Amino acid sequence: MIPYLSLLTGLPILGAVLALGCQDREAWALRIAAGVTLISLVLCIPMVQGFDFSSSAFQFKELHEWIPAWNAKYAMGVDGITLPLIVLTVVTHAVIILTARTLVKAQFSKYLAVFLALQGVTIGVFSALDTLLFYCFWEGMLIPMYLCIGIWGGESRTQASIKFFLYTFIGSAFLLLSLVYIGLQAGGFSWAAAVKQPLSLMAQKWLFLGCLFAFAVKVPMWPVHTWLPDAHTEAPAAGSVILAALMLKVGAYGFFRFCLPILPDASRFFATPMLVLSLIAIVYIGLVALSQKDMKRLIAYSSVAHMGFVTLGCFGVYLITFNSGEMFAQMAMEGALMQMVAHAFGSGAMFLAFGLLYMQYHTRLIERFGGLAKVMPVFSACFMVFALTNVGLPGTAGFVGEFMVILGLFQGHAGVAALAALTLIISAAYTLWMFRRVFYGPIQHTAVTALQDVNGLSLGVLIFLVLMIFALGLFPEMVLGPAHASSAQLVQMALKSKLI
Amino acid sequence: MTDQTLIMLAMLAMLSPLFAGTFAGIGQTYLGRVGAHRLTILGVTFSFLIACCLASHFIVSNHATLDVTLYHWVTIGALKFQIGIWLDALTVIMMLVVTGVSLLVHIYSMGYMAEDEGYARFFSYMSLFTFAMLTLVLANNGLQLFFGWEGVGVVSYLLISFWYHKPSAAKGGFKAFVVNRVGDFGFLLGLGACLGLCGSLDYATWFKVASMPIQSTVTLPFFGHISSIHMICLLLFVGAMGKSAQVPLHVWLPESMEGPTPISALIHAATMVTAGVYMVSRLSPLFECSSVALSVMMVIGATGALFLGLVGIVQHDIKRVVAYSTLSQLGYMVAATGASAYSAAIFHLVTHACFKALLFLAAGSVIMAMHHEQDMRNMGGLKRYLPVTYMTFLIGSISLAAFPPFAGFFSKDSIIEAVQYSKLPGSGYASICLTLGAFVTALYSFRALFLTFHGRAPVMKSAPHEPVYAVLIPLLVLSIPSVIIGWTLVDTFFSTPGYLSLGLSQSVRAMGVLNHLHSETHSVWSMIGHALTHWPFILSTLGALFAWYAYSYAPHIPAYCARKGYAFYQILVDQYGIDRFYQWLFVDRVQALSQYLSETVDRSWIDRRMVLGVANTVRKLGALFRLTQTGFVFHYTAYMGIGIVICVAYAVLSIA
Repeated sequence: MIPYLSLLTGLPILGAVLALGCQDREAWALRIAAGVTLISLVLCIPMVQGFDFSSSAFQFKELHEWIPAWNAKYAMGVDGITLPLIVLTVVTHAVIILTARTLVKAQFSKYLAVFLALQGVTIGVFSALDTLLFYCFWEGMLIPMYLCIGIWGGESRTQASIKFFLYTFIGSAFLLLSLVYIGLQAGGFSWAAAVKQPLSLMAQKWLFLGCLFAFAVKVPMWPVHTWLPDAHTEAPAAGSVILAALMLKVGAYGFFRFCLPILPDASRFFATPMLVLSLIAIVYIGLVALSQKDMKRLIAYSSVAHMGFVTLGCFGVYLITFNSGEMFAQMAMEGALMQMVAHAFGSGAMFLAFGLLYMQYHTRLIERFGGLAKVMPVFSACFMVFALTNVGLPGTAGFVGEFMVILGLFQGHAGVAALAALTLIISAAYTLWMFRRVFYGPIQHTAVTALQDVNGLSLGVLIFLVLMIFALGLFPEMVLGPAHASSAQLVQMALKSKLI
Repeated sequence: MTDQTLIMLAMLAMLSPLFAGTFAGIGQTYLGRVGAHRLTILGVTFSFLIACCLASHFIVSNHATLDVTLYHWVTIGALKFQIGIWLDALTVIMMLVVTGVSLLVHIYSMGYMAEDEGYARFFSYMSLFTFAMLTLVLANNGLQLFFGWEGVGVVSYLLISFWYHKPSAAKGGFKAFVVNRVGDFGFLLGLGACLGLCGSLDYATWFKVASMPIQSTVTLPFFGHISSIHMICLLLFVGAMGKSAQVPLHVWLPESMEGPTPISALIHAATMVTAGVYMVSRLSPLFECSSVALSVMMVIGATGALFLGLVGIVQHDIKRVVAYSTLSQLGYMVAATGASAYSAAIFHLVTHACFKALLFLAAGSVIMAMHHEQDMRNMGGLKRYLPVTYMTFLIGSISLAAFPPFAGFFSKDSIIEAVQYSKLPGSGYASICLTLGAFVTALYSFRALFLTFHGRAPVMKSAPHEPVYAVLIPLLVLSIPSVIIGWTLVDTFFSTPGYLSLGLSQSVRAMGVLNHLHSETHSVWSMIGHALTHWPFILSTLGALFAWYAYSYAPHIPAYCARKGYAFYQILVDQYGIDRFYQWLFVDRVQALSQYLSETVDRSWIDRRMVLGVANTVRKLGALFRLTQTGFVFHYTAYMGIGIVICVAYAVLSIA
C-alpha cells in the first residue's frame, strides 16, 4: 500500500530542501517545485478514488513508532472532513507555483522552497492523528509563513511578521499545555485515546480555554483578529492566498478535531459565548470592512467575517440540537466545512487577483483605482465572479456554506439565524461598493490607462478559479460527499458527554 | 409527447439561453457583433418555440402537472435539496411571457445598441438573464427559486451598471442589488422557517403541509409566540417586496432606469419585477393559510399603486414616468394576490408585460430619435416625425389607463373587482386606493403622451426620424397583444375549471373570488357595459381628459397647480422623503458607524490598547526585572541570602 499521506507531507518538504539548494539556478528550482506539485496532484487522484465515502473512519492510516518513552506515535490518517482540505491544500499550492514567476522576482528559489515547505506541513496538520505530531506540524507552519511575510512583504513587513509570529505563537503555547495534559491523562498522545478519555467538567473547561486561544487566533475570531489585516496587507500575494485559503482553516479545523470531540462538555458550556463571538465577527467585522480604504485590508476583514460562519456552524450544533433534530445540526456542521473550502476560492482568489494587479500598479488604496473595467475587461470579469462568491450568490461556492449554516441555525434559534443572515446585506454592500470604486466609474488616474489585461498563465489560473467557484456552487456534493459520514459522527461525538 | 420529452424540452428551453449567452460573452472577439446577436437570438427563439410547444400541452390540452428532480444538490440523510423542474399552466404562461418579451427585446437591441461598444456583452447579459428567469420560473423547490431569484438580481445589477463609466449607472446598479438583498434576507429566513415546518424545500411537500391545518408556532425574540405560517408568509413576502419593488423597498426601481432602455423593458417592467407576484401566486396554497400576510400584501400593494403612481405625475424624465407607472401597476398585482385573486394578478402580469414593454420600447425609440434626450420638457410635437412610435405609445397608454376594449382594462378592472369583493381587514382601504389609482394612471400616462408627442416641437438641429426596422418591428408586434389579449383571454383566466386554477390555490376564499370574477366577466360586452357606469372607468376618463386639458389645451394649468399646492407638489417631487431618509440612515449613519468601529474600536481599542498594550506591559515588566540584573556579585549574593532566609523561615514555621 502506498503511504499517500506521508508522501504528500514528505515530498514537498524534500522538494523545499532541494529548491533551497538550487540557489541561483532558478529554472531548476521551478522544475523541482512543478514536479512536486504535479506528483502531489496525481497522488490525490487515487486517494480520492480509493476513499470509502460511506465510512466515517480514518482511511489510508499509517502508524509508526516515534517517541516510545512518551507513547507518541507517527500516526497519519484522513477522514471525510480532512480529505477536501488536503485536496484544497494541494490545489492552492499548485495555483501558487503556477503564478510564482509572475508574482515574484527576488530570491525565487527560496520563495518556492518556502511554499513547498508550507504545503508539506499543512498537509501534515490535516492528517496527523497523534496530538504531539499535530502540534509539531502546527508550529511548523509558522516558520515558512513568517519568512514569507518577512522577506517578500511590503514596507512595514518586519513589524507585521513579528506581530503575526508572536501572536500565533503565544496562542500555541497554551495549546501545547492542553495537549500534554490530555496526553498524560490518556497515557499516550493518540487522538483516538484522547477522544475516549473521560474528563471532569472543570478540567475540560481549562483545556478548552487553552485550545481556544490558539485556535481562535488562527481563525481568527473577534477580538483576537487584529493581526490578520496587518499580516495580509504586508504579505506578498501568495502569502495572502495561503493565509486566507489554508492558515485560517487550520484554526477552524482545530475546533472540529479537538474541541468538539475531545472536550464536548466544555464545548457545550462555551457554545453561547462562541456563537456570540461568531456573530460579532459576521456583523461587526462586516461593518468595519465597509469603511476600509486599503483594498487588501478590506478583503482581509471580509475574510474574518466569512470565517465567522465556520465557527457559527461548528458551535451551532449545541444550539440546534437544543430545539431541533440532529439532522439540522449536521447540516450546519457541513455548511461550516463547505464554507472553509469555499472561502479559499472567495478570499483566496481575490487576494491572488489583487496580487496580479499589484504587480502592475503599486498601490493598495481603493481611491487610486477607478474605471478598471474599461482597461482590463477580462480581469474585471474574473474579479466579478470572485466578488460574487464573496457576496454569497447562489450558484457560486460562497453561497452553499452560508445557506446551510443559516438554515440549520434557524431550526435552533431564529434570532441567531437572522443576525447571521445580515451578511447577505453587509457583504453585498462592502464587496460591491469596493468593486464599484475600483472597476466602475470614469478613469481618474492616468496610471490606470497604462494597465495591461491579464493573459497567458495568469489568465488560465483565474479561469480555473472561476470554473471551480461555479462547480462547487452547483455541485457541492464534490466536497460534502465524503464529509457526510464523518460529520454525522462528529455531531455524535460533540453531543456525547464524557464527564467522569 | 411523453413526460420525458416534455421535461427534456423544458430543460433545453432553460439551458439554450445559458449557452448562447455564455458563448456570446466569452467568444466576443471571435463571434463579433453579428455573431453575438445571431447566437443569442437563436437561443432565445429556441426557448420561445419550446414554450409555445409546451403551451399547447399544458394550456390547450390541459396536461397534468409535472414535478421532476434533475439532480440532488445536497443530501444530508433525509434532508434533500434538489434542482428540478415543475411544469404546469402557470409555469408555461410565465415561460411564454419571459421568452416572448426577451426575444422581442433582443431584436430591438440590435437597433438600439447598434453603436455601443459593449454590444456583444449586452446580448450575453440579456441571454443570461433569460436563463436565470427561466430557472426561477421552472423551479420545483424553494432553493432553486432562490437560485433564479438572486441570479436575475445579479444580472439586473450588471445590466443597470452596463454603462459603468457613468457614476450614476454604477450607483443605480449597486443600489438595486443591495436593496434587493434586503428582500432576499427575508426570503432566505422564510425558506429557513419553511424547512423547519415542512422538513423540505420542495413545493410538493409545502403544498401537502399547507393542505392540512397548521398549528405550529415559533418563539421569536421581542415578538413572543407567533404562528409559524404567518411568519413564513410574511418573510417570503419580504422577498417579494424587494424583487417586485413594493413600498418601502421600491427605491431601487427608479434608479434602475440608468440602464439601457431595452433592459428597462425586459427586466424592470415585464419579467424580473413580476417575479415577486409569480412567487406569491406559485406559493398561493401557503399564502392562503395566512390571512395576516394576505392583508399586509393587500395594504402594501394598494399603497404603492396609488402613492407611487402620484409621484409619476411630477416626473420629467420619460423613462422615470414609465418606471413609476410600473411601481404602481406592481402594486395592483400584489394587491390582487392579497385579495386571493391570483388569476387576476397573473392576468395583469401578462397584459402588463405586453403594454409596459411596449411603452418602454416606444420611449426608447423616442430617446433614440432625440439623441439620448430623456427630459420631456425638451420634447413635444413628435407625432409628426415619429408616427409609428406615436401610434404604439398611444396603444400602450390606452391599455395602461385601462380603457376598454384594450388589454389593460380587463385585467385591471378584475383586480379592482376582486379587492372590492375581499372581506379581509384592509380591503376597504385597498379598494379606495386602487380606484383612485385609476385616475392617477390615466393622468400620468396621457401626460407623458401629450408632453412628448403633442404640442409645439422644440428647436432641433435635425428633424427626428423613425428608427430602424429592428426597433419598429418589436413595437408593432407588442402592440397586437396590448390590444387583443384582454378580451380573448379574460374568459380563460376566470372560468371556474380554469386552466390556471391548476397551478393556483383552490382554497375556499380563492375559489370564491374566482367565481365572483367569473360571473362578472363571463361576457366581454356585459363587462364593458358594467364598467361604463362604475368609478374606475369614470376616473380613468377624467384623468385622461384632465391630462389633455392641462398639457395640450391649457398648458399654464400644471404650473398653476404646482404653485397652489406647493407643499403637496414638493412632497411628490421628494418622493415622500423616503429616499432621503434611507440615504441618511443606511448610508450616512452606517458609514459613520463603520468609521467609528474601524478606527476607534478596532484600531485604537483592540489593536493599540489591548494587543500592543499586552506587549508593552511585557516590555515594561522586562525593563523592571532588568534592573535586578546588575552584574555585581554582591547583589546576587544578597538575593540568594534573602531567598535562603525566606525558605528557612517557611520550613521552620511549617514545622512549628
